[in-house]
Amino acid sequence: MQNNNTLISLRNISVEFDGQKVLDRISLDISDKEFVTLLGPSGCGKTTTLRIIGGFVDPTEGDIFFDGKKINGLPPHKRQVNTVFQRYALFPHLNVYENVEFGLKINKIPEEERRKRVKEMLALVNLRGFELRRVGNLSGGQQQRVAIARALVNHPRVLLLDEPLGALDLKLRKEMQIELKRIQKQLEITFLYVTHDQEEALTMSDRVVVMRDGEILQIGSPTDIYNEPVNAYVADFIGESNIIDGIMREDYFVEFAGKMLPCTDSGFGKNMPVDVVIRPEDWEISEDGKGQFNGVVESTIFKGVHFENIVDAGNIKFMVHTTQEHQPGSRIGLSIIPDYIHIMHKMGKDETLELGALAADSLLTDEEEAASEEE
Amino acid sequence: MRSRITAAPYLLWAVLFIVIPLVLVAVFAFTNTGGGFTLENFKNSADYAPVIFNSIWLSMIATAICLVIAYPLAYVISRRSAGSQRTMIMLIMLPMWMNFLLRTYAWMTLLENNGLINKLLGFLGLGPFEMINTQGAVVLGMVYNYLPFMILPLYSVMVKIENSLVEAASDLGCSASDTMKHVLLPLSMPGVTTGIIMVFVPSVSTFVISRMLGGGSFMLIGDLIEMQFLGNAYNPNLGAAISMVLMFIILICMALTNLFKDPEEKEGLLL
Repeated sequence: MQNNNTLISLRNISVEFDGQKVLDRISLDISDKEFVTLLGPSGCGKTTTLRIIGGFVDPTEGDIFFDGKKINGLPPHKRQVNTVFQRYALFPHLNVYENVEFGLKINKIPEEERRKRVKEMLALVNLRGFELRRVGNLSGGQQQRVAIARALVNHPRVLLLDEPLGALDLKLRKEMQIELKRIQKQLEITFLYVTHDQEEALTMSDRVVVMRDGEILQIGSPTDIYNEPVNAYVADFIGESNIIDGIMREDYFVEFAGKMLPCTDSGFGKNMPVDVVIRPEDWEISEDGKGQFNGVVESTIFKGVHFENIVDAGNIKFMVHTTQEHQPGSRIGLSIIPDYIHIMHKMGKDETLELGALAADSLLTDEEEAASEEE
Repeated sequence: MRSRITAAPYLLWAVLFIVIPLVLVAVFAFTNTGGGFTLENFKNSADYAPVIFNSIWLSMIATAICLVIAYPLAYVISRRSAGSQRTMIMLIMLPMWMNFLLRTYAWMTLLENNGLINKLLGFLGLGPFEMINTQGAVVLGMVYNYLPFMILPLYSVMVKIENSLVEAASDLGCSASDTMKHVLLPLSMPGVTTGIIMVFVPSVSTFVISRMLGGGSFMLIGDLIEMQFLGNAYNPNLGAAISMVLMFIILICMALTNLFKDPEEKEGLLL
């Protein structure tokens, strides 16, 4: 993945806090002008990764390169990166203008240029006219913008953002997502963004890095991650999924929930146990009896754009998104085309147990159940 | 209306034990032994100007030393985990559980010419040094006794400064000293001013410390006032006048420290 555009390069980075491994041999390359998102649940090490690049955490092992130079141990004030902190960390004793000006003043930029750059930056984040306001009197969204302006005014090579939209309400968050993407495009700065919100990651990023328990599970474009998750965990984390135990009977044929269905995957080997992932929006709905699976709608929840139904197909329950309402108790048929059946290698046993209730429900197909009873 | 009723006991207390005594002191200060009005007492207190200046000078030194010791200490404590913060604050408060006189007596025995410190130094072939009955000993006593009053307000301000602010400063290019100058100092200013007042005011009016560690070889304002009321120089009128001068000086000092405060955060001080 190393190319001549690489700006930041993490090589086998491990971090331990009090003997506890927070990051486990992580390697990651970030290109110039790229928008990369670190995505994962809390405690997965994404913020630690960000703080290593910011210079607030030293890796226990491994090297970090910036523009080809090793920067292990270099203090934060000597790095060409700036950070937008999780809770903004604005200076309460300074007003909006002084907050944004702070970095320029420290770096002894002449007064005139300072004024020009602060003005530009406040215009960029739509905060013109707020110069003299105290930061304590601003709304969350406005504080957020000040924090972004304060970091960007220094013209960093990389902007690190640590869950910057976490404290905002949904509508504002969506607006800021678009805003951030616009700013990133306009200034052509590398953004490294940390979030646990998969939708946010998919909306803004050029590349998404999915992390769990201090490891990187998958790196790829948002569409890659969504359409071709490497395992059931990623599939489950990125959007909702039905994760079903299956067996690859032969190339292009998978058996799950007691049915043998055609699929587009091959090369797994005969009778290999696999995870079958089906997105709830990929089901085709038909009349009862006409689907590959037929079942009773057990519950239905209106989600705004769609209805989220749980369909009991006898030995298994599926999550199904529909645009039309189906009354609980009514019977429908479900079909899936081969393209939408995603086959994945099984993860370790303990990992499987962490998955959602739906997956747990469907752990055993009839055949396996019978087999395990015999043992 | 209800707030007035609940405030009544405190109001009564304030009138009985603060306003009336202050008025009495003022009455004494402006009258002679016969009870007639006079400014003579204030004129006479001018004779003691050197004592007053010396008191202020020593207290200022003690306050400055307290600030220099307490500031880094308070910062270090405030960055520790909650548990070790509690322990360290406990340790700082611990000496205060002992009687003030006892603490000062302890320093007497330590500093004496054949006291513990001189004996230890004697083993090393040094001294003996003349430590007790010096101005240095008085300043030491002030610092020792009033240091917690500097640490506590500083600590309580600093513990509210989030670590992310320090990180943000360093992220924006601040070296450690820049962070100190541009972020920590301005944000901890309220603690600094409170600490200065809390140390300076009792230091400038103390008489026990100077008597015990200064050996009565030189006088501070506190000694002077005490002598006029209880000592052989018995002259309550002059004592009251000097007290008023002292009060005036302290008020000026508080007003000056208040000038450094953020205009929006000025606390309800008298001036």
